[in-house]
Amino acid sequence: MSMTFSQQVITIAMVVLGTMLTRFLPFLLFPGEKRTPAYIQYLGRVLPSAVFGLLVVYCLKNVHLFSGSHGIPEAVSIALVVGLHLWKRQMLLSIAGGTICYMLLVQTIF
Amino acid sequence: MVQLERKKIKKAFQAAFPHTIPIFTGFWFLGMTYGVYMHVCGFSFWYPMVMSLVIFAGSVEFVAANLLLGAFNPLQALTLTLMINARHLFYGISMLEKFRGMGWKKFYLIFGMCDESFSINYTAEIPSDVDKGWFMFFVTLLNHFYWFFGATLGGVLGALVQFNTEGLDFVMTAMFVVIFLEQWLKETKHTSALLGLFLPTVCLVLFGAENFMLPAMAALLAALTLLRTHIEKGGASS
Repeated sequence: MSMTFSQQVITIAMVVLGTMLTRFLPFLLFPGEKRTPAYIQYLGRVLPSAVFGLLVVYCLKNVHLFSGSHGIPEAVSIALVVGLHLWKRQMLLSIAGGTICYMLLVQTIF
Repeated sequence: MVQLERKKIKKAFQAAFPHTIPIFTGFWFLGMTYGVYMHVCGFSFWYPMVMSLVIFAGSVEFVAANLLLGAFNPLQALTLTLMINARHLFYGISMLEKFRGMGWKKFYLIFGMCDESFSINYTAEIPSDVDKGWFMFFVTLLNHFYWFFGATLGGVLGALVQFNTEGLDFVMTAMFVVIFLEQWLKETKHTSALLGLFLPTVCLVLFGAENFMLPAMAALLAALTLLRTHIEKGGASS
């Protein structure tokens, strides 16, 4: 592990701070009956889709298309996750299916 | 008086518990996976135990594990958390009214307002003879407990059970793919979702795996701000 213990504590504290800011801020900013600014409302509607896209890319940041397994196990497993989810729309099933598929692929074939 | 209060609390608990049963399954599964994942990443069970208690925001905790493995960068940790959890701002805005006058419980209700607690507390039709404050308190507390218990158990079991965990880290990818897909299916216009895949990929190529997140977040905010008229014209997402 490259971080020292105090660096880890600071990192976790930052995550706690960020989470608490997003949860408490509305109650601090709008204690009365004030209307939320339109721009903030707009961000609230569009930001989630973009952020989850960003997180998918974040998860795949260490995949190399031109070396190693060329991202094939990732591509196959993501396709399975999407397929399972479109079929059954059961979140846990899709996650478990994709993960098991990936584990089998990297442990046996790649 | 004390007996009456106790009866009120018991009644609220009995009303709240059934609402949390679906979350129970999900949080155990994901919490345990998170605990095992932390073990695979090289952390003892103390980490998932403490993190599940003090953060209580599932997706961020998986990301936090990755942050802890990378280079020390508190600003990125804060910004990334703010971006991932930005949706909580809107939960808060929706709950301004419902949490009013909840006294000391309000602090905990806001602290523990994860996606699942929010959606139950926001939508549940609380019977008029059940105390609303205690009902929402128990929904939040039970969910928090399921997650904490699952994460801790996963952390402990991860160390005890010996099996080949190679590739288990894919659980985080699978989870975000599913959430992304859920968003996609709910919205009519996919501009934001597509930007969310495209701009970070460009930044990844330009800046590399260690440094692309901050520029990617900045690019997304800028693009969404610039394209606001375009996106809002065609009917907003969800």
